[in-house]
Amino acid sequence: MIDKRVIGKKYKVSSFEIENGKIRELARAIGDNNPVFYNKDAAAKDGYAGLALPPTFATVFALAGGLMTVVKDLKIDMAKLLHGGQEYQYFAEIKPGDSVSGETEITGVIEKSGKGGIMDLVIMETTYYNQDNKKVLCDKCTLVVKR
Amino acid sequence: MGKNDIFFNDVEVGYKIKDLIKSPINETQLVMYAGASGDFNPIHTVHAFGKKAGFGGVIGHGMLTMGFVGQFITNWVGVKSLKKLAVQFKAITKPKDVITVSGEVTKKYSFEEENRVDCEIIAKNQNNEIVIAGSATVALP
Repeated sequence: MIDKRVIGKKYKVSSFEIENGKIRELARAIGDNNPVFYNKDAAAKDGYAGLALPPTFATVFALAGGLMTVVKDLKIDMAKLLHGGQEYQYFAEIKPGDSVSGETEITGVIEKSGKGGIMDLVIMETTYYNQDNKKVLCDKCTLVVKR
Repeated sequence: MGKNDIFFNDVEVGYKIKDLIKSPINETQLVMYAGASGDFNPIHTVHAFGKKAGFGGVIGHGMLTMGFVGQFITNWVGVKSLKKLAVQFKAITKPKDVITVSGEVTKKYSFEEENRVDCEIIAKNQNNEIVIAGSATVALP
């Protein structure tokens, strides 16, 4: 089980630079052929400053930045871990060349019984800022850990 | 695709957004998604690990299915219009699953001088089982 005393614990998220290749790679893996994710001219035509980012691109920052640090710190067994929910709020455009960084806070640990038995829900919230210290995105992630 | 050709006055509560029917999820796609996202949990790529975890083999990344939801909404209104995207993962996905994303407008209102629209979104597999229940908020001209 996850100790409730971790609520309020904070983790620094290392800075992540947005690159065109990573944007295309993620869009390709999703199977999303929207040209704004691949072609600068197409993106410019739709008013983007560079390639647009798929709405779930923030998962790349989270995984590069420190989500696994939290998973390790809480000693979560990968075989018992599922993603329960994910929420993004978008405040400003993020474009290639930007660097985003932030801080993750564990905001909740909730015990829940489901079809697979008793589980712990771990809620983590991260606010990301760009290199100009402008708030760009909030990420609220719920992990499900089976006991 | 999408972008600025949908206007606030074009949509009403109950407006149905065009469905997105994805190609079947396959194992190569899960390996591609692992590499692209950086989620290397072996439950998504190593059969023996998926079996040990009780799933009979690999399962899809929840974030891949959320990626389909993102595709669904940006096909409709583009990326810039999106203010919020939230999902709950209701069931796992497996290779060969065919995911269909559908949704409709549930609320129209103004917020900080923007025209905003809330939508409810559902992703189902080929057995009509809900894999994602979600919502989106978009700002429309």
